[in-house]
Amino acid sequence: MQISTLLLILSLIVLGAYYLGLRRSLQVAGRPGKRKHTLHSLPSYYGLLAALWSGIPAALIIVFWVAAQNTVITRLVVDALPPEYIASVGADELTLVINDIKNLASGNIISGQSGPMMQAAAERYLHLQSISRLALAMVVIALAIAGMAVIWWRITPGLRARNQVEAIIKAALILCSTIAILTTIGIVLSVLFESIRFFKMVPFTEFAFGLDWSPQIAIRADQQASSGAFGVIPLFAGTLLISTIAMIVAVPIGLMSAIYLSEYADKKVRAIAKPLLEVLAGIPTVVYGVFAALTVAPFVRESGEWIGLSVASESALAAGLVMGIMIIPFISSLSDDVINSVPQSLRDGAYGLGATRSETIKQVVIPAALPGIVGGILLAVSRAIGETMIVVMAAGLAANLTANPLEAVTTVTVQIVTLLVGDQEFDSAKTLAAFALGLLLFIVTLCLNVIALHVVRRYREQYE
Amino acid sequence: METLAVNEAALEALDQTVEITADEMDKPEFKFDKTVGSIHSENPRMVMRNVNVHYGEKQAIHDVSLDIGANEVIAMIGPSGCGKSTFLRCMNRMNDTIENCTVSGDIKLDDVNIYDKKQDVVTLRARVGMVFQKPNPFPKSIYENVAYGPRIHGLAGSKAQLDEIVRNSLERAGLWSEVKDRLDAPGTSLSGGQQQRLCIARTIAVSPEVILMDEPCSALDPIATAKIEELIDELRQNFTIAIVTHSMQQAARVSQRTAYFHLGYLVEVGETSNLFTNPSHKLTEDYITGRFG
Repeated sequence: MQISTLLLILSLIVLGAYYLGLRRSLQVAGRPGKRKHTLHSLPSYYGLLAALWSGIPAALIIVFWVAAQNTVITRLVVDALPPEYIASVGADELTLVINDIKNLASGNIISGQSGPMMQAAAERYLHLQSISRLALAMVVIALAIAGMAVIWWRITPGLRARNQVEAIIKAALILCSTIAILTTIGIVLSVLFESIRFFKMVPFTEFAFGLDWSPQIAIRADQQASSGAFGVIPLFAGTLLISTIAMIVAVPIGLMSAIYLSEYADKKVRAIAKPLLEVLAGIPTVVYGVFAALTVAPFVRESGEWIGLSVASESALAAGLVMGIMIIPFISSLSDDVINSVPQSLRDGAYGLGATRSETIKQVVIPAALPGIVGGILLAVSRAIGETMIVVMAAGLAANLTANPLEAVTTVTVQIVTLLVGDQEFDSAKTLAAFALGLLLFIVTLCLNVIALHVVRRYREQYE
Repeated sequence: METLAVNEAALEALDQTVEITADEMDKPEFKFDKTVGSIHSENPRMVMRNVNVHYGEKQAIHDVSLDIGANEVIAMIGPSGCGKSTFLRCMNRMNDTIENCTVSGDIKLDDVNIYDKKQDVVTLRARVGMVFQKPNPFPKSIYENVAYGPRIHGLAGSKAQLDEIVRNSLERAGLWSEVKDRLDAPGTSLSGGQQQRLCIARTIAVSPEVILMDEPCSALDPIATAKIEELIDELRQNFTIAIVTHSMQQAARVSQRTAYFHLGYLVEVGETSNLFTNPSHKLTEDYITGRFG
């Protein structure tokens, strides 16, 4: 039986369980009008309880079965192969053979010779698979019906069905939130393990404090530029430079437009200007990248030449300017929300003392909104550091260690992209460096977020 | 589509019923002729004549005329939505901050029309201070809350002078002994009653001539309310006070004159003792005997 058919049958049983639970509860309570007992919960809760009891264990069994089935069957097939044969092929080759058996079973092309032994193994594989499916179907259906039956017997007017259903739903909610946390942990661990492999090849101190970045590894011994250098400082300097330029552009413009929109603009202007500003947030960063590379970068170079400065055709300034524009809606939108949530009574209080509008904004509204504004800005910084497309297209690849915004620099994200694009072998220091960079980037943004939370909390204690 | 149509019909029906009740309120039960009692004061500080306030199309205040005498406390009472707060907010032009609110008529402070184009709203509000319904201390320290007004109006020449103003205002608001050791604590760390007295201290720190109070005790417990009422009585020596209140007992306790508002009209005004014991207008009587409101 296919899994999809099984799921369909299971859902029918669950529906039936719901209906039966509902009926049963009404039955034990007696007919309407002359009820013998009062039910503890609404009838639908008894139905739900029956449905959950019949559905959840069965669904869990399906999940575990499907997860374990492949390993178990493969194990059984391998055990049935002649021991001399297994001894003659190595562990690496054995996985290849197993692959061939599976391919043979599903009728695909195989890489090796298909002898009678392989045929037998493939047949055995198919046979075990069909047994497994049948067994699963029987177990699942039996479990679903058993769950339903247990509840059928347990339904009495005193059964606290609502409390039990709510407990199960609460557990489901906890499970959902755990998934998000587990995913984060999984990402961190996978990056961490690859990074550890990298740090076995390149010492951590060289990576963290090296001033030189050129991740070329020789494929042949006689190749030029055979020694790779993995000093991360130039990359972080580049990231920092571009993010700083972006924030210098975005913070004043974003904050001031937020103040204008929330305090000065009348309703009509606000209704048009706010969505227009937020359109900026909807533009894909690739498009920003094109804009930066084809419009802003040449403009910066030409105006630099005009005043007698030499500007690289891919400059940190161009990338930073465009990234700043991209970030404006983040800051303006978040700050606007925060400023709007400052209670009108505070403004009234200031106006009532004879404060002017600008005094009220500067001395009462902004201080009250500051925790939110700072939080928004730090969020925008995280975003700037992690931004990739604009810098890939506009900032260049040259890992210059410079504070001059007119030169080409490169960032951590750009290097991760270039290291992993195309066919790569995943055991060279060059590709593994990408994971180490990713880990470092993650740690930096994590620290920023922690600081942001801390700052917000401190200000909140002071101001609320 | 069909349900939508039904809903619209239901809404229309609702609208109509609302209109009918409004008509009934206006016509058979409530015929406004003219304000009963004397609107005049012997020694008027603020003089208001034929004040009308509109919020867009809706008229909130109809032709109200009233004097507020120097060093008196005048209480404004009436059922919710009767326009008493709107009227109060006209007196220091707080209505300016509300969109499409228009005020017409004469409002004079010491014989100067405060709605005159030449009148600077900032100096007006320094002369006519306001205390609000909910305590609204700024997100600053206690000291900074009180010092804020004197600072923006440049009332203190030195730090010592500013300290003096802060101390003096807090003392007059009856808060000094409670906060003198923690002037740097945030104003919001105080209790509700203390916060409201802080707001009063903040208002008197700019030495206004008139203080407007918009239900200053509605968010407070009875003990804090009693303290504020005592304070209002003391403040009367130096200030002219107009207070909007929902509590008739409070109006009777703190005020010398009382004005009763109904649906945007000033129905009756008179000596507090007189108005509460011997109301002239039927509506006033109904309200103070608790038949509605």
